[in-house]
Amino acid sequence: MEIIVCIKQVPDTEELHKVKINSETRTLIREGIKNIINPFDENAIEEALRLREKIGGRVTVISMGPPQAETSLRKALAMGVDRAILLSDKSFAGSDTLATSYTLAMAIKKLGKFDLILSGKQAIDGDTAQVGPGLAEWLNLPQITYARKIEVNEKKIRAERTLEDSFELVESPLPALITVTKEINEPRYPSLKGVLRARKEKIIIWTAKDLKINEKRTGLEGSATRVIKVFTPPSPSGGEIISGETSKVAENLIKKLEEHRII
Amino acid sequence: MDFSLSDEQKAILEVVEEVCEKEFAPQSSEISEKGEFPLQNIKKLAELDLFGITIPEEYGGSGMDLLTWVLVSERISKACATTGLIFGANLLCTYPLLRFGTEEQKKKFLPPLARGESLGAFALTEPEAGSDAGNVQTTAKKDKDGYILNGNKIFITNGEVADTYIVIANMDKKRGARGLTAFIVEKGREGFSFGQHFNKMGLSALPNVELIFNNCKVPLENLLYKEKRGFRVAMETFAAGRIGVGIGALGVAEAAFEKAKEYSKERVQFGKPISSFEAVQHMLADMATKIEASKNLLYYAAWLLDRGKPFEKFASMGKLYASETAMEVSIKAVQIFGGYGYMKDYPVERYMREAKLFEIIEGTSEIQRGIIANFVLKE
Repeated sequence: MEIIVCIKQVPDTEELHKVKINSETRTLIREGIKNIINPFDENAIEEALRLREKIGGRVTVISMGPPQAETSLRKALAMGVDRAILLSDKSFAGSDTLATSYTLAMAIKKLGKFDLILSGKQAIDGDTAQVGPGLAEWLNLPQITYARKIEVNEKKIRAERTLEDSFELVESPLPALITVTKEINEPRYPSLKGVLRARKEKIIIWTAKDLKINEKRTGLEGSATRVIKVFTPPSPSGGEIISGETSKVAENLIKKLEEHRII
Repeated sequence: MDFSLSDEQKAILEVVEEVCEKEFAPQSSEISEKGEFPLQNIKKLAELDLFGITIPEEYGGSGMDLLTWVLVSERISKACATTGLIFGANLLCTYPLLRFGTEEQKKKFLPPLARGESLGAFALTEPEAGSDAGNVQTTAKKDKDGYILNGNKIFITNGEVADTYIVIANMDKKRGARGLTAFIVEKGREGFSFGQHFNKMGLSALPNVELIFNNCKVPLENLLYKEKRGFRVAMETFAAGRIGVGIGALGVAEAAFEKAKEYSKERVQFGKPISSFEAVQHMLADMATKIEASKNLLYYAAWLLDRGKPFEKFASMGKLYASETAMEVSIKAVQIFGGYGYMKDYPVERYMREAKLFEIIEGTSEIQRGIIANFVLKE
């Protein structure tokens, strides 16, 4: 089975308080911040490795990002994936989810035949959950999002799709794209031998030229959205405590709610 | 002088630190409180291939140097001293096998140890023989197709959980140390059983067990090195083992220091964090300095060993200094925590109990001073 896993390098959640925003491009300033593989993408890598262990095949990991995203790809190699590809080009900078999914789709087209694309349900920095579905659209694939369990047999895949307080059992022909939640598995740590092996392996780097892409569709230019403002919402303050006898409190509360036109 | 770590070492430590922080450290108090063997931690170390760091690739390991092992062991011990000592005791089995084993012995015993499928142990200590290694009372009698072992070993780390034991027995009691012989004894051999589990001041989850040999027959091919040359096997194993024990002590010292430092910044008295008081600052400064000094001695000893240079003096110095530092640092950590430090709700009293062990095992501080004095007086 040919499995492709799309991953994103994100700032470590434990260092999020240090993250600053570039006021011009309104993107994250990543310098000096420890980067990790987006945790949900680690679940996707783990699931791919388990599928390979069960039914054989090959796992390819792709990431689009600046050259330092190589460290995340190296970790994926150390976890046991077969090959790692970095899509890196100055022209990719500033891509929104549309441009990112387009660029990833072009790389996957270049790779050729595959059976399954996996990725995390969303990235912990942007939280859009759009790149996976966008990629499925570019490649004209069936998609199952928020999978918490998947099973593959022959040319079909079955997934439990997490909903608010229940789950859907969804079946799809292959190839397909699936995004996973953290409930799906517990990602392994890379072993020492894996780390040593990963250090010797080459990471394939593809630029805009390698992908033969329409440069108008990638980077800032290819982005349909612009971030206008990034800010921390002010935390609500004030508040009022109504105390006294229960019946009086209720009366008072209703009066206040009416005053504020809440009811 | 180059103190930098290789990229490989850095990459390995990144994983080890993550595992230690997320998996080992949060469990360490509970493990000690319950006194249950931390099987999950050992399985994790095995999954990560960490038992095979120093074992060459042809025997299933990764063929890296002792310094890498030391760096890893330091982090494990800092997160959980129990796990660190189980990891360290394993080296006391793999090291002599590598150093003195025949090709057949290495091929047979090292791969499962490298994979962490089985654990190793080293057994010399007896009720009447510890510092005085020559006084081993366990006997080995040559038979036509092997050796017959009789006697008891005590306090053996990894006893019962280990599958492979390096056992020191005496073939000629009249000759004392010159009669000592080393054997590889597998768990399950007839006449080899386990007795008392010793109840300790700290590290209650660390197995320290009595081994009983009652007409235990060991085949000829399980002789390690040569007959009546077991003293050399023991001494060389202990010399390297001291680096391992020292690094365990260093881990405890680092953990105690870190907790004390954090607490001193949070604890407010007289309207200020206590870290702003000179009395506390001086304690922290001494703790940090001694930790760094211990670390440098131990890293240097490992570096020398890796280059085939005489390392024994520095191993003893490192073990002595790190274990006394662990004791001192953990006592000061309790002091900085004040009343809370004496309470079981905080880990510093546990570090204090754990630290004491390191001044005793693998040669007491007094034995180390004797060894060091011998070296320096001869130089």
